[in-house]
Amino acid sequence: MSKPYYDPSDLRKFGEITEWSEELGKKFFDYYGSVFEEGALSAREKSLIALAVAHVVKCPYCIDAYTKDGLERGITKEEMMEAVHAGAAIESGATLVHGVQMMNKYKKLSM
Amino acid sequence: MSTKSLSARNNELSNPQKQLEYLSEGLFADGELPTFKHKLEKEDDFPLQPKPLEILQINLGYMCNQVCSHCHVDAGPDRKEIMTVETMQHCLEAIKKTGAHTLDLTGGAPEMNPNFRWFVEEASKAGIKDFIVRSNLTIIVANKKYYDLPEFFKKHNVHVVSSLPFYKREKTDKQRGEGVFDKSIQALQMLNAVGYGKEGSGLKLDLVYNPSGAFLPKDQDAMESDFKTALKEDFDIDFNSLFAITNLPISRFLEYLIASENYEDYMYELVNAYNPAAVQNVMCRNTLSVSWDGWLYDCDFNQMLELKVNSSVKHISNYDEDAIQNRNIIISQHCYGCTAGAGSSCQGTVA
Ligand code: SF4
Ligand code: SF4
Repeated sequence: MSKPYYDPSDLRKFGEITEWSEELGKKFFDYYGSVFEEGALSAREKSLIALAVAHVVKCPYCIDAYTKDGLERGITKEEMMEAVHAGAAIESGATLVHGVQMMNKYKKLSM
Repeated sequence: MSTKSLSARNNELSNPQKQLEYLSEGLFADGELPTFKHKLEKEDDFPLQPKPLEILQINLGYMCNQVCSHCHVDAGPDRKEIMTVETMQHCLEAIKKTGAHTLDLTGGAPEMNPNFRWFVEEASKAGIKDFIVRSNLTIIVANKKYYDLPEFFKKHNVHVVSSLPFYKREKTDKQRGEGVFDKSIQALQMLNAVGYGKEGSGLKLDLVYNPSGAFLPKDQDAMESDFKTALKEDFDIDFNSLFAITNLPISRFLEYLIASENYEDYMYELVNAYNPAAVQNVMCRNTLSVSWDGWLYDCDFNQMLELKVNSSVKHISNYDEDAIQNRNIIISQHCYGCTAGAGSSCQGTVA
């Protein structure tokens, strides 16, 4: 059997990236930690944003991580699904708004 | 969800020895994760020893009207082990001598013990002022004979600590059984009606939240405020505090972790979340657990794993606090559940 590209247990090893580039790795994790602290946005709100973005960037690790984070925070599945839709809507909107470019080009090239 | 205990299903995990083996093999045997002992040694916290005794936690029996899927007691209607009057009398003798200020009654559903009320009354005469009863709520509405429990609790100024896994029906019923949420809400309203959880009444009603799945509780305060808002808005219910408790990997929760293939990830998570500050206040350090048949344990979890206290005195019938206090606490990998994150005990977080 061939090995899959994504192995769920690799998520546990995320911290190891610091071993091959200590300074940058450390800076990243410090920054990451600070971002998700309680701030002008609550940690709960940020968790939902992270979940939405995780889907948009289609990162299976982040999806696992922020689904669990949401459960830990008592975020309901309805809230999680709405967050995914918010991400999906922006993503499809971003595709569709390019339809205007297509229309512009079409018109320009047509007599 | 199964409606029978592991014990009634003859599941091999009903044997504590099997559970302990499971918790020592695999990840911990091949060194992938450090054992709990190893962790304590690294922080110079080994062996773990008790601090002055504050709470005597008595398990009145494993019988329960529910069969929750996460239950660390493996309790249920099919469990017949309940404390006899004779053992209660031994407990009362110990209560007269103890330095502990609080009596914490648990089970199963402690109220199902036919001598529950008698025992509370006698313990009160024996000088106990602080009572905790761990009530699963639904028992209050399970049968007419329990309807007046709120009044009884009030009469003895019992501090009621009740499990409500979530403020939403679906998650509660999934973990605790069909209909449990509605009955719990009804019971909470009955407790509120006699003054429990109401400001100025002096009657304390705390809720216990424990995750309904293979994840840890996070942020007890945020959770408390979510619970408060939702229960108030939806059902006009008041309560005092919310205790967020981590599910320990034993008994039915261990069964679930293994069956759902979450065991390894869960243990990783517990170990990664190890917090040395929580070790200082794990509940075995100020609590002593007594089983339905009078044996003494470091905590209710060790009771379920049949790890009796490591002391010359092991039974309530020859209770000797000095001898018992001078002991080392017995630990295994399940203890990681008490030291993860903000820590976990029967009173919620500890760090
Ligand atoms: S109510 Fe408590 S004792 Fe009874 S089955 Fe549920 S968790 Fe176990
Ligand atoms: S499981 Fe029991 S013995 Fe282990 S740390 Fe928790 S309270 Fe102490």
